[in-house]
Amino acid sequence: MTNLQFIWFILIGVLFSGFFFLDGFDFGVGMLIKSFAKTDAERDVVIRTIGPHWDGNEVWLITAGGAMFASFPMWYATLFSGYYLVLFLILAALIFRGVSFEFRANMETARWRTFWEWAATIASLGAAFLFGMLFTSMIAGMPIDKNGDMTAHFFDYVNLFSLVGGIAVTVLCLVHGLNFVRLKTDGELRDRALTWNKVLYPVLFAGEVLFAVLLFFSTDFFDKKPMSTTGIVVALVIFTVLAYWGVLKNHEWLSFVGSGLSLISVVVLIFNGLFPRVMIANNPANSLLIKNSSNSPYTLHLMTILTFSILPIVLIYFIWSYWVFYKRLSSPKQEA
Amino acid sequence: MINLGLDILGLARFQFGMTTVFHFFFVPFSIGLAFVVAVMETMYAIKGDKDYKRMAQFWGKMFLYSFAVGVVTGIIQEFQFGMNWSEYSRFMGDIFGAPLAIEALAAFFLESTFIGMWMFTWDRFNKWVHTLFIWLVMFGSSLSALWILAANSFMQNPLGYIINAKTGHVQMVSFAKVVGNPQLWNEFPHVIFGAFVTAAFVIAGCSAWRLLKRDHVTFYRKSLNVALVIGLIFSLGSIASGDLQTRYLINNQPMKFAAMEGLYKDSTNKGEWAVVSGFDTKNHKTTWSVDVPYVLNLLSYHKMSGTVKGMNPINQEMHAKYDKKFGKDMNYYVPTNTLFWSFRIMAGAGALFALLAVVGLIMNRKRSQAIMRQRWFLYILGLCLWLPFVVNTAGWFVTEFGRYPWIVYGLLTIADAVSPNVSVASLLTTNIVYFLMFATMGFIMIVLCHRTLKAGPDSDNTDGYASSDTDLDPYSKGAFNHD
Repeated sequence: MTNLQFIWFILIGVLFSGFFFLDGFDFGVGMLIKSFAKTDAERDVVIRTIGPHWDGNEVWLITAGGAMFASFPMWYATLFSGYYLVLFLILAALIFRGVSFEFRANMETARWRTFWEWAATIASLGAAFLFGMLFTSMIAGMPIDKNGDMTAHFFDYVNLFSLVGGIAVTVLCLVHGLNFVRLKTDGELRDRALTWNKVLYPVLFAGEVLFAVLLFFSTDFFDKKPMSTTGIVVALVIFTVLAYWGVLKNHEWLSFVGSGLSLISVVVLIFNGLFPRVMIANNPANSLLIKNSSNSPYTLHLMTILTFSILPIVLIYFIWSYWVFYKRLSSPKQEA
Repeated sequence: MINLGLDILGLARFQFGMTTVFHFFFVPFSIGLAFVVAVMETMYAIKGDKDYKRMAQFWGKMFLYSFAVGVVTGIIQEFQFGMNWSEYSRFMGDIFGAPLAIEALAAFFLESTFIGMWMFTWDRFNKWVHTLFIWLVMFGSSLSALWILAANSFMQNPLGYIINAKTGHVQMVSFAKVVGNPQLWNEFPHVIFGAFVTAAFVIAGCSAWRLLKRDHVTFYRKSLNVALVIGLIFSLGSIASGDLQTRYLINNQPMKFAAMEGLYKDSTNKGEWAVVSGFDTKNHKTTWSVDVPYVLNLLSYHKMSGTVKGMNPINQEMHAKYDKKFGKDMNYYVPTNTLFWSFRIMAGAGALFALLAVVGLIMNRKRSQAIMRQRWFLYILGLCLWLPFVVNTAGWFVTEFGRYPWIVYGLLTIADAVSPNVSVASLLTTNIVYFLMFATMGFIMIVLCHRTLKAGPDSDNTDGYASSDTDLDPYSKGAFNHD
């Protein structure tokens, strides 16, 4: 494995971390539209918290996909063709979500507004769940042949481990979204998000513990890298505890950063366990390795220069855009 | 035209065609609208005329709808390479991934961040800064077109690569050559100009329908004027860049060029150009045609003399060149009817657009009422708002069907590129669902644009997009306050 290959493995991890941190709260907020927000006006506020951002957040996913293609095309080809129907469902969810905000705002009848609200809610829930399921089943190992083609069956994708993984990621996104709502709103919505999180965090703890146990039995992570895997799992739990503590003590920033770091820990856990592989095959001889899945040194070198010159500029205006919309939105007044 | 047999290859091709065509309804519309809206807002910033601000906001609504649909269908495009064309991804990763990643990094972030800024900050920044936002969106979306076309150009005309002896995959040796590909620099201006024309004639068409109802006459006449000026400049630009691109094909992809002109045999020195033709594609013959002498040579070489190679000799040459590697059973003929007619639609529409723009601008002079009296002309303009979408599709038909049987010209066939592990059932399901989703989204787009138009430029928030200076939140019904 060359240094460049290593850098790109890390970079893909960084891009997915960015995606889970950002789209994590965006999925979470999306799930709230038809459950947490009670009135039309409240839904306006809830959607407005992510209004200027969701699109940019999703670009992290597109960039991660593009970067994977540009650095590890064998990984990209195996993952994307192997997870065909899962990715198709994710795409459908992202499409419905993407158009739902604009379409909802423009519908004339209440029925159609409700339709797009449900679309946004279910699609956000579905996307978070499916991403969780995809990555969980991926680390458990998949049937991959010599050419790198995956021919998996239903229960390779959907099993106890991947379901728990999917649910855990969903709940994590949900609390992350609530933490974001607490930062961005004021009044009734801000208070309600606190109440919700007080209930949801114990559920999340249970989910994380169950996930860790299944991780032990379903993957080779604890065999191959006992120290680092244990360390990251512990970090994941600590971040969640910190976030919960933030919820209880009313430190909003702490809980938001805590839930964000929890999501990033999940990504780190996955990438740490994968290394030095990128796809784990049931037959270890067929696993895709960093060293033989990448592009040529020329392309990697080129991409490294370009990425390190463009990404900092992107980060500057990306963060600036959040700063511009920093203001809290007040909850709608209760109608008498 | 498209192989609809239920095999993986046919279904994957159909899916690629369907998603590309649908995606490309919205891409040029968005790029073009961003440009027109940016021009309008700039005029507002310079002149301080509030009408131009209303125009930017009003047509900006359509831009936002189109952008949303364009973005979500774009994700399908990116994922599709890995999902349906995994062999292609493995073969081309070293070249194809780079522009795709740069597109995301350099263009998508720019677009998506600044579109959020533009939508939500009408009252927060001074007019120059706010205008800058829409120019950045426009710049970002053009940049994204540039990078994806760089990838496409390699597929049309591979440059700057070697074949890795061990893996058999392409490997980049010169990024400068990949980006400097003449195919790209012929294709890019044509696509961008076409995008500007698309937006211009949609706006012109919409304005024409409202003018027929004598609704907001000043507003729509001003919109019409901006649209037609842009439409005129860039339809001429499209014709010129299209001419460059077409002539580049003569040497580069002779089969594509011959099919666009419907030539099975070499042309004679008299340069007969077929206005319309019938073909016997099975026996590779032209059955009938209406010819004009010398036009072919004028189009091809800008001279009266010369000859153009026909498809039959080209087919033989290609067999001689490629049989060793790809076998004798290859069919190098491209779908002649599709290319021939698509090209004529494009060329005809280009001329029509330029003509309509000239006539429209003359009728729409400031003191003249001609445009209001010549209702037939407004009807024509109104109908022509659909034409750019047909033309854009025709353009991609020529480019992509003309590449047949290659996915990467001369290097990889379409048949060898498809994912071997994806089932017919999966592909059929996704095709059906995508189709239904596209149909729904397309329908809603039309309904929304129609409604926006009916509500008019002064509508306060009927579609959630305020036009007053104070409350400018696209997603709100105006029910809540900022702190």
